[in-house]
Amino acid sequence: METTKKLLEIKDLSIHYFTEEGVVRAVNNIDFELMRGETMGLVGETGAGKTTTARGIMGLVPNPPGRVVGGEILFEGKDLLKASNLEMRLHRGKDFSMIFQDPMTSLNPILTVGDQIAEVIRLHEKLSRKDANLKAAQILEMVGIPAERMSEYPHQFSGGMKQRVVIAIALACSPKLIIADEPTTALDVTIQAQVLELMRELQEKLGTAMLLITHDLGVVADTCNKVAIMYAGQIVEMGSLEDVYDNTMHPYTKGLFGSLPSLSMKSKRLVPIDGLMPDPVDLPTGCPFHPRCPDCKESCKSRAPVKTEVSPGHYVRCLRYE
Amino acid sequence: MSNTLIEVQNLKKYFKTNHGMLHAVDDVSFTIEQGRTVGVVGESGCGKSTLGRVIIRLLEATEGKIFFKGEDITSRPSTLDDRRRMQMIFQDPFSSLNPRMSVSQIIAEPLNIHHVCKSKEELDKRIRTLMDTVGLAERFTNAYPHELDGGRRQRIGIARALALEPEFIVCDEPVSALDVSIQAQILNLMQDLQEERNFTYMFITHDMSVVKHISNSIIVMYLGNMVEKSDADELFEHTLHPYSKALLSAIPEPNIHKERKRTILRGEITSPIDPEPGCRFAARCAYATEECSHCTPELEEVLPNHFVACHHVRTINGL
Repeated sequence: METTKKLLEIKDLSIHYFTEEGVVRAVNNIDFELMRGETMGLVGETGAGKTTTARGIMGLVPNPPGRVVGGEILFEGKDLLKASNLEMRLHRGKDFSMIFQDPMTSLNPILTVGDQIAEVIRLHEKLSRKDANLKAAQILEMVGIPAERMSEYPHQFSGGMKQRVVIAIALACSPKLIIADEPTTALDVTIQAQVLELMRELQEKLGTAMLLITHDLGVVADTCNKVAIMYAGQIVEMGSLEDVYDNTMHPYTKGLFGSLPSLSMKSKRLVPIDGLMPDPVDLPTGCPFHPRCPDCKESCKSRAPVKTEVSPGHYVRCLRYE
Repeated sequence: MSNTLIEVQNLKKYFKTNHGMLHAVDDVSFTIEQGRTVGVVGESGCGKSTLGRVIIRLLEATEGKIFFKGEDITSRPSTLDDRRRMQMIFQDPFSSLNPRMSVSQIIAEPLNIHHVCKSKEELDKRIRTLMDTVGLAERFTNAYPHELDGGRRQRIGIARALALEPEFIVCDEPVSALDVSIQAQILNLMQDLQEERNFTYMFITHDMSVVKHISNSIIVMYLGNMVEKSDADELFEHTLHPYSKALLSAIPEPNIHKERKRTILRGEITSPIDPEPGCRFAARCAYATEECSHCTPELEEVLPNHFVACHHVRTINGL
């Protein structure tokens, strides 16, 4: 029973980029799992390895210079890293698909939006051109765009509308998993609210699981069931929303919350995290967060913390809790 | 209160386009007191950046007046001295710095133009002090912008704006391009500088939580119009205009216990080109009536020192 509920399982995944400047250790030994219909937020700042993780799952890490150097990605029990290119192409778009960050550049400017949606359908389902177009029209209506606009080109749409088209393409074949990489970052707040609402509705209707990549803890609180916080290629804290928001353990997560100006509370000063994100070519020894950590001890500088389960389902990577 | 530093009266900025006149800023008036921060919020295309640029005269106003310390600066050409007293911090630390100039050259440029320093030694010393003020280590003196990360680049932009010891600084989304932990560092720096030197800020942003954190008073803009204006605390306590309400409720908060009643706005921003008379927000407003679509609402004082431009503000809020 347990195995059928589990949709995606990532074990000890590491992805590195081999560049002239050295080895960029973008993702280091991460593991997490995602159940059917569940939404998980993957939160972190620029360079934390969120997008690389997503590309790893999709099999889209640019190679060279990128390479998955270890671990397993199990989708419905099958290791995607062992799948051939052809198998991956059959999976992508049908079983799992991706919503990219920037709707302005992820659509093809010289194809109509209808054609772009129908393309996915025709690739994965044996439908005639006419039937595929019909289905594309239905999907367009589903994301709130009138079907008459099928024959328009991306430049005729606004940013929010373009992101709806991207969502329509991702959902066209009712995938089991959607990876959304900062789907609303480029949008205005009122449009962001519309798009998040739409994604939530569709997810409920279709029972799709989602991995939502974002830097916005507010968006996560709004849409996700559980959350993983990434720092320097590692998941430093993971758990249910209650675990992470109410019972914050890791100093980095605490720092993230302290950095946010609050709408409901009056605070005179923010409590930022000192220093900067480490260079992934030259990660610090021991705990990668130790140079910025307010609770840094001598042992943090030499010994790397391992994943510790502080309460059922709540994991932290910090020596204080080992 | 005669401490008014900036006064803006009926400011308009129209752009000529192929399709007609684009009303970027339409009839905006407000004042900024010395040492205070005015936050200007709104979504893309609402005219907030244009407003900032017109005030420091990077753009010429179409109509209206701007007073700096009581002197009408729109009636005469912009002088070197105007530009010394008013500076700007730009949104994008990636494109607002000349990639072929080193950090010290970038900071030195305004000092050289205004002949502030008599000797090379004095200039170097001044640059070092400025870098120190904004928290840039001395080792970056000869670095180029591409070698630095976003937070440090934004610090260069701030150092450059501070170089001439201005009185008024327009900050156009200074933290939007930065990660949250860096954003907090920059916001703290800007607040410290204000306390120390009594700077006056106009803080342009789309982020309601940032604007609440940093401002004393707030202006909400929609399609070139000012729709609401009041003190920061008052605005968040009694949000009156339907657009401000929607803007506020659209923000996802990092709090999982807060029950949220969301008003999701339907539709999108309409075109600011040759707008018809009437409330520009009417097309997206849940309370819009006949009146809204042909009669432009005036800004009126609904509560003490709290101005709103909406025909139905009293009925909506039960006032």
